[in-house]
Amino acid sequence: MTDQSLLKTVFGRLTWESFPLHEPILFGTFMVVALLGLGIVGAITRYRLWGYLWTEWFTSVDHKKVGIMYIILAIIMLLRGISDAVMMRVQQAIAFGSNPGFLPPHHYDQIFTAHGTIMIFFVAIPLVVGIVNFVMPLQIGARDVAFPFLNNLSFWLTAAGAVLTMISLFVGEFARTGWLSYAPLAELAYSPDTGVDYYLWSLQIAGVGTTLSAINMVATIIKMRAPGMTMMKMPVFCWTALCSNVLAVAIFPALTAAFFLLMLDRYIGTNFFTNELGGAPMMYWNMVWIWGHPEVYVLVLPAFGIYSEITQTFTGKRLFGYTSMVYATVVITILSYLVWLHHFFTMGAGAGVNSFFGIATMVIAIPTGAKIFNWLFTMYRGNIRWELPMMWVLAFMLTFTVGGMTGVLLAIPSADFVLHNSLFLVAHFHNTIIGGVVFGLFAGMVYWFPKAFGFKLDEFWGKVAFWGWVVGYWIAWTPIYVVGLMGTTRRVNHFDDPTLQPYFIVAAVGAALIVVGILGFVMSIVMGFVKRDKLRDLTGDPWDGRTLEWSTSSPPPAYNFAQTPVIHDLDTWYDMKENGYERPTEGFRPIHMPRNTGAGVILAGLALLLGFSMVWYIWWLSAVSFAGLLVVAVAHTFNFKRDYFIPADEVARIEGKRSQQLATGV
Amino acid sequence: MVVMNPTGDIAVQQRNLILAATGLMLLIIVPVMVLTVVFAWRYRSGNRNKVYDPTFDHSTTLELIIWSCPLLIIICLGAITWTSTHRLDPFQPLERIAPGRPIPANTKPLEVQVVAMEWKWLFIYPGQNIATVNELVLPKDVPVRFSITSTDQFATFYAPTLAGMIYAMPGMQSSLNAVINKTGDSWGYSGNYTGAGHSDMRFRLHAVEPAEFNTWVARVQRGGGTLAAADFVRLEQPSTKDPVLHFGAAAPDLFARVLNRCIAPGKPCMVDVMRHDQAGGTPPVGAVGPGVNAAPLNGAKPAPALQKAPEDKGSGPNVTKPAQPGAPGPLKPADPHNRDLSVLLPVPQPGALRAAHA
Repeated sequence: MTDQSLLKTVFGRLTWESFPLHEPILFGTFMVVALLGLGIVGAITRYRLWGYLWTEWFTSVDHKKVGIMYIILAIIMLLRGISDAVMMRVQQAIAFGSNPGFLPPHHYDQIFTAHGTIMIFFVAIPLVVGIVNFVMPLQIGARDVAFPFLNNLSFWLTAAGAVLTMISLFVGEFARTGWLSYAPLAELAYSPDTGVDYYLWSLQIAGVGTTLSAINMVATIIKMRAPGMTMMKMPVFCWTALCSNVLAVAIFPALTAAFFLLMLDRYIGTNFFTNELGGAPMMYWNMVWIWGHPEVYVLVLPAFGIYSEITQTFTGKRLFGYTSMVYATVVITILSYLVWLHHFFTMGAGAGVNSFFGIATMVIAIPTGAKIFNWLFTMYRGNIRWELPMMWVLAFMLTFTVGGMTGVLLAIPSADFVLHNSLFLVAHFHNTIIGGVVFGLFAGMVYWFPKAFGFKLDEFWGKVAFWGWVVGYWIAWTPIYVVGLMGTTRRVNHFDDPTLQPYFIVAAVGAALIVVGILGFVMSIVMGFVKRDKLRDLTGDPWDGRTLEWSTSSPPPAYNFAQTPVIHDLDTWYDMKENGYERPTEGFRPIHMPRNTGAGVILAGLALLLGFSMVWYIWWLSAVSFAGLLVVAVAHTFNFKRDYFIPADEVARIEGKRSQQLATGV
Repeated sequence: MVVMNPTGDIAVQQRNLILAATGLMLLIIVPVMVLTVVFAWRYRSGNRNKVYDPTFDHSTTLELIIWSCPLLIIICLGAITWTSTHRLDPFQPLERIAPGRPIPANTKPLEVQVVAMEWKWLFIYPGQNIATVNELVLPKDVPVRFSITSTDQFATFYAPTLAGMIYAMPGMQSSLNAVINKTGDSWGYSGNYTGAGHSDMRFRLHAVEPAEFNTWVARVQRGGGTLAAADFVRLEQPSTKDPVLHFGAAAPDLFARVLNRCIAPGKPCMVDVMRHDQAGGTPPVGAVGPGVNAAPLNGAKPAPALQKAPEDKGSGPNVTKPAQPGAPGPLKPADPHNRDLSVLLPVPQPGALRAAHA
């Protein structure tokens, strides 16, 4: 073996060129991130917090802690995703005529790919999974999810995928194919470098996590509701969580299969999606969109659930039309499987096929419209307290409706023929994702933050976040609708038509306002922590809520409920309050709890190593990490010390402390 | 806004569709948004003049209205969708030149063959035996039938003023039937990202009077330049910001060969391979052998990752490296330098080519 060949065997295609040693912007970013990272690691070491972090958080199988970790991951990735967005907006605002902007295609194309990939897979999905994780078991009166260890593993696999994507910023290149990495561009002949491989491995690893988490949530909701909570007495948020996770269980295998086949093409030379030898790139498009369309409903349904919960709490009324809401949710779930072709009407499927998918897409507007009307009539004759969560709901109702309208417009195939892949489309999906999903997730975070941490978020900075997002959204995206109607397509990094420039400049201003909104949100957490004594929630029910999670303390004890609640009616906690419920203060029994485990962290770390080594063609390391995965997974099954009991007097002590807190307000 | 002010009949119908659908939907959207604001204001907790009814959570009448109003609108939109999708199907020949102007009898549609390349457009006029790069000239009020394919990527052929877009896909033929009703200059592009040159993959569209069209065709034919298979292979190399090119003579079977992926010498045509396979194929000789006695169909395919020898793994560079001397040229597929476009590919020069004036 020659020297060169030995180096290549040990390091694969990783060379010194793979590091941004002579690219000032990237190198500078890397230095800042490295210093920040070292600073955080140093602080944790100095204050001796590693033990605490490991035993209390990283190895925790408590759904509340796993949910919070998901949300923290999502917020960190949001900062990366919005940086990509700002760079794109600035580039498109200045790159006219002879000015090429500051991002050549090579970089711009990675940035828009990374932006979409990160925002969907590492911001939206973790936020939704995190909130469902935290809230749903509390709302159904359960002590944890059905498979606590799997929950922890799912989080760490998602985090491993995110880390692998972040590594691609500094080592090698990320994909330059768009966030769904279409064939034939993603095939080895047209994308030979590390980009698509990073994309595929990050998303496969994270995808395993999301699939396992979805199975977990479905099992929990079906099997672990408190006695008396029939399906039709379940909070609407749990219905939407159920439908969203059923969707996820059904669709993620399709994406996994599509990526797996693309990996086979790239690694062993099969021809599933190539242009030659019987390959059919169109098949890839179908498979990813069979995942992709239901995926947006996976994201938006829990957001709808959050709106339902918040609306009924802050209007002081039960949700209007509960049954109709449930049916609407289920209809949306089923219909979302039947519409994927609307993402490529222009691929020439013929009038009959296009009409079917177009009309099916429009039909989804009916139950969605019914939901909006139901929220409207919950407000009707209510007593609305315009606190921050309810403000987010109002912003949603006014913003998302427009996005839904442009969606139905795009669902008409002949109209889509002039709007497909234009900036009008980009504005539509940002309209629905920001106006629907993001506003809902922020509403949910503000609403449930006191439950998770025991104090409310700072209200002033929360309002800064709100106005920054809402005003910023409208200013950023309305010009993009207009520019789409002027015949501008997406993923373009410079323009020749100067009449477009004013619109892009306005859009960039809007993007800056959204950044203000994000920073405002971070500040509301920081200032909430600083002023936590003044913002303390001592009752466990700061908003006068109606569902069961508000019956626990803030934050709830590890076991959630000392005694399993018995449910008599919808809006359980409201029902309990109305009927003079008294907390049990004696008769506690030892509580069976799952033990923490580090296996999730280790497995995810090995998966990260596997992904990295496969990207860089370091085959020996791939074999070692894969073997390690098998060994650790099998060894974990022989770990029989999985549980422990919280003794009855410990439970009594915790409950007693809470009684005292409720009585004296201390 | 060109999408709202197009000059082609198909595009005008699509624009009208957008306006009609928007109007229909605003019938519901505007009242909903108004009601939202009204309810938000009237039922705020500070308002003492409101009715607060905490038990009002169900009303069958309201539910009926809530479900049937969107249903009715969607039924209307569904009907509009069905009829318009069939009427404006790109594969369907045109029924009229413009509103109230049927197609005159004995009108032969103008045939234009479109090949999407990286990152430029090739237009072949088989009836006139000419070809152009990045310039599409059409006569006014004459139905045009486009046959569309691609060399490697899924681009979309789209001229906003003319008609809707349709994908150009390798090995597949798409069709578009359209007509342009006003003279003038416009443009077109690809609506699907296909790589670094995507932003510059634009063509000019000139709509001219039929007489002027014939003059233009004659001028291009006189201008010389041939587009045969070998020229096509050179043209096919990735390049960006290509100037307009004219070819006075285009080989007649060019489009068919592009469609069947047998432009490169020695490659068997897909249609022949399929016929051969359908007839039973050739039994394999020995352990491994191609079913067809020809050059490997895909001899140019890059080695898959797990089969690369260590020396061939290449490197995964992090940054855009400056142009290598002598790059790009006709390089191996999957060579990373194929993506290196800091240097414009020199215009291919078979015979006397004349670049059109701006």
